Amino acid sequence: MTPARRAFPWHILVFLAPACLVYTLFMIYPLLDTLRLSLYAPVPEVRGAVQFVGLANYQTLLTDPLYAPRVQGAIVNNFEFFFIHMFVQNPIGLLLATVLASQFVYGRSVYRTLIFLPTILSFVLVGFIWNSILLHPQWGVVRNIATEIGIQGWFAPWRWAGEESGALTVMSLISVWQYVGIPLMLFLAALVSLPDELIEAARVDGATAWGIFWRIKLPLLLPTIGIVGVLTFVGNFNAFDLIYTVKGGLAGPNFTTDLMATFFHRTFFGFQLQSGNPTMGATIAGVLFVIILGGVMLYLFGFQRRLLRVEY
Amino acid sequence: MATLASVSPAARSPWWERWHVSRYVQLGLAHALLLSYTLLAVGPVLLLVINAFKNRRAIFENPYAIALPGDPTFSMAGFETVLGNSNFPLYFRNSVIVVLAALLLILWFGSMAAFALSEYEFRGNTLLGLYLSIGIMIPIRLGSVSLIELMVNLGLINTLAALILVYTANGLPLAIFVLSSFMREVPRDLKDAARVDGASEYRIYALILPLIRPALGTIAVFNLIPVWNDLWFPLILASSEPVKTVTLGTQVFVGQFANDYNAMLASMTISMVPIIVLYIIFSRQLIRGLTSGAVK
Repeated sequence: MTPARRAFPWHILVFLAPACLVYTLFMIYPLLDTLRLSLYAPVPEVRGAVQFVGLANYQTLLTDPLYAPRVQGAIVNNFEFFFIHMFVQNPIGLLLATVLASQFVYGRSVYRTLIFLPTILSFVLVGFIWNSILLHPQWGVVRNIATEIGIQGWFAPWRWAGEESGALTVMSLISVWQYVGIPLMLFLAALVSLPDELIEAARVDGATAWGIFWRIKLPLLLPTIGIVGVLTFVGNFNAFDLIYTVKGGLAGPNFTTDLMATFFHRTFFGFQLQSGNPTMGATIAGVLFVIILGGVMLYLFGFQRRLLRVEY
Repeated sequence: MATLASVSPAARSPWWERWHVSRYVQLGLAHALLLSYTLLAVGPVLLLVINAFKNRRAIFENPYAIALPGDPTFSMAGFETVLGNSNFPLYFRNSVIVVLAALLLILWFGSMAAFALSEYEFRGNTLLGLYLSIGIMIPIRLGSVSLIELMVNLGLINTLAALILVYTANGLPLAIFVLSSFMREVPRDLKDAARVDGASEYRIYALILPLIRPALGTIAVFNLIPVWNDLWFPLILASSEPVKTVTLGTQVFVGQFANDYNAMLASMTISMVPIIVLYIIFSRQLIRGLTSGAVK
């Protein structure tokens, strides 16, 4: 479609303008403006005024005794949150997908639909179900069942959920329970599209299901594992709703369930006696931006490129 | 083909790789695994729904029992409280408006942009495509600070329009990405034939839309769930009573009615009904959307 000498292609502009406008104004501009704002600080005497301070906010965030322990704690917690998802949620998803991909299992679509169910619920619901029904310290269902069969001495997640050492792990596992459907579906789609000939040939050669999984399916799934990994990474820095609904804005006990997003929310809007600080909030968003960009770049240039080299 | 050779039993693979398990045992194990996981996934949700239909006494005497509500324990009191003494119907209306408007705008603007990107070769096409796909990876929440300021300046704080615009901006990148890959697959001849017949470019765009209906459905369902469930943007952009969405409304309701277990359980149950109904109807599109977004 490149005929020489034509009137200005207005129609292209008409097609592109609405999407570009909304996207630029409500997504790209706020992102860039937030990064810009992270270089400013409020002027002490004048209400609402800000002045340029360079990277001083970042320095404050990383060294100030009020902020530094919180931001370090939130980053460490976020990474723990990520690792639990990566090494519990994704393997469970892969296991279930492998079983669901087998043509001999009857009722696969029913299983698939039901196992995906928690993923479509909001965290307000998921938080309530776990916090108030299953893991309630007094009348939680898990406690009742554990007491009934006599394992409450060493299996007490309702207690761990309130302890500093275990709260984050319990929160992560609740989130795993909700989101296991996503890696499950991605792995399932990849497994179903694997070439049948390879697996058939291996079976004819006498390979067991176990051998086929480790030696054929898993290597062919590497690209999907990469995508699932990067989605888990980005999604995990978005995690906010669960901690906020279950543990509140303070991410207790003693900030042990504090993630970057809850820290951001608290700093930006303020809590209890501390008033909100938009520029520090923007600075936290800036740090998050760098971490997420770093993760995505690592995936694009480290993982995906090496993969291409192996394939060809 | 090194991998293939090593699978054959001739290679010295460890015993567990040579251990053949009978088909029946394999199937039995598969069903046991799937059944127990299904129970783990669905059981807690069922527990919530079952207990929402019990009266207060039954809940307190036997908290969250698995038993179905029967003759003495059955009660709809919670639902009556929620539907009669709260603004839930209003929250529902708000959520429906936000979801429908955002989906419509995502599909409309997204398909137009995707059409332009896939149909015309103009300068900066690739660059624009790249620019529009940045948003797939960067979460829009990072821009919240400026987004609030922007909404204040536009006078959109505490309006449904603020939510609609944010969700539209957030949904566009993936929609454009997926839709343009589908539009490229529409045969050229079709469009050229229409052009020969004198159809305008807008007419051709309208002709293509029905052809990619499955992709449009996929994008719609894929955006529906996160928009319905979102707590962050309703919390920061539209938290006043007349514009609360169901998700935020439920969250606040739980705080207010902390002692009225019937009402709390009922509000939870009501708030998940529409999403579950839609999920059951559209689960195939949803799964397709999930995979096409990530695999392509």
